[in-house]
Amino acid sequence: MANIPEDLRYSKDHEWVRVEGDVAVIGITDYAQDSMGDVVYVEMPNPGDNFNAHDAFGSVESVKAVSEIFTPVGGEVVEINEELNDSPESVNDDPYGDAWMVKIKMDNSGEADALLNAEEYSEFLQSEAD
Amino acid sequence: MSEENLKKTPLNAAHIALGGKMVDFGGWHMPVQYKAGTIAEHMATRTGCGLFDVSHMGEIHVDGPDAIPFVNSLTTNNVENLVDGQAHYSALTYENGTVVDDLLVYRFGAEKLFLVVNAGTQDKDWEWISSHKADFDVDLRHASVEYCQIAIQGPNALSILANLTDTDLDAIRYYHFTNGEVDGVPSIISRTGYTGEDGFEVYADAGEAEKLWNKMLEAGGYGDEGGILPCGLAARNTLRLEAAMSLYGHEISDEITPLEANLGWICKLKSEFIGRDALAAQKEAGLERKLVGFEMTDRGIARDGFDVYIDEQKLGVVTSGSPAPYLKKNIGLAFVPTEFAKIGQGIKIDVRGKMISAEIVPTPFYKRAD
Repeated sequence: MANIPEDLRYSKDHEWVRVEGDVAVIGITDYAQDSMGDVVYVEMPNPGDNFNAHDAFGSVESVKAVSEIFTPVGGEVVEINEELNDSPESVNDDPYGDAWMVKIKMDNSGEADALLNAEEYSEFLQSEAD
Repeated sequence: MSEENLKKTPLNAAHIALGGKMVDFGGWHMPVQYKAGTIAEHMATRTGCGLFDVSHMGEIHVDGPDAIPFVNSLTTNNVENLVDGQAHYSALTYENGTVVDDLLVYRFGAEKLFLVVNAGTQDKDWEWISSHKADFDVDLRHASVEYCQIAIQGPNALSILANLTDTDLDAIRYYHFTNGEVDGVPSIISRTGYTGEDGFEVYADAGEAEKLWNKMLEAGGYGDEGGILPCGLAARNTLRLEAAMSLYGHEISDEITPLEANLGWICKLKSEFIGRDALAAQKEAGLERKLVGFEMTDRGIARDGFDVYIDEQKLGVVTSGSPAPYLKKNIGLAFVPTEFAKIGQGIKIDVRGKMISAEIVPTPFYKRAD
């Protein structure tokens, strides 16, 4: 069973969001990394880039395939996790910790509140599996 | 297609028990990877031993006085060159020289050949082969369901398999085979593979598959540090790509000839076979495109089907592209116009709208030390 921390918000595209004031820290979920397999490359945006909610802001490549990553909230990229350039495998090892991907200063923090909570995301995964 | 409709090998339950991540692979319910993951599986095969279920491959028996002339009339390599106990790589070609499938031809005797074809193409292959029987004095039998096929590959494959058989494995030369017993089970033991490593492919009765599989895992120290690992389709693909071996539907297909795919060495144009004249004409006229290996020189990963640009013109296509776990590079195979098919030629790959630089390099990308 995938690990789904209680204190995060989730999208149906399998991203997680940790809200810190008006900044959203974003990564991909344990379920997503497990589905992809060994991650070898994370393509990230540049600080200063602006995105609307649901825009693709980068991609995660495993040995087998590439998956786009979508931002669940709109706003300006204020920081990216440069560490992932050298250790993309941390997406597999620690998807909710070391492998955060971007920090976005939200235009509208209401977008984060509208995301799934842990229980809802768990139910969503169940429904996808059925 | 729902899981119930997928074809299963006799090792299906074993894969699930080992934590295999099961996918639909051309209508087959197969493990793409196991718990260790693709990179670990790939590395185990390069440095120790990997175990692969390839029971989905198709087996066809060709028996009778005309076995050799019949197979020779359909395949590009010359079956007359085989001796008993030897196999070779070959291709079934259409009249226009493009490829029905690639295959292994095993010679048990002058009147007994054994063909091993790809899983997804075996029904088409059977139709093609049986429809050309004509007046040849042969019995044909599509026997895929009777066999399991397990590939044990890597530098430790021989020593592990030796624990389970009295057959002198060292005496089996590359691309040779023998009848023997593995853990008491009658088997064809073939020194062949699709990984670029030394190793064996073992064919046996499908009902013995699980026993053989588990015995090989046990003999290889599965679960121990550095022990054998079961390997899924993803590792099988990255291993064959590092070794620059062709995959049907990618480097060869019904739109590609073997000559274009660097398989001139299996096209013996002095023998007569369907497609020979087209291949001879293509060779005479010169190839318009050739398959080359490339290595990404910028960050980015080429994938199957991506476009290749040279001098800002779209001139080619990637047939297979992937990270190479052992080489720790991003590599691929691509068709380019012959005039650009030279080592060191710079190319660009369109990676989702970004032009990423790559360079044509020699193949195979990986060659094991002898």
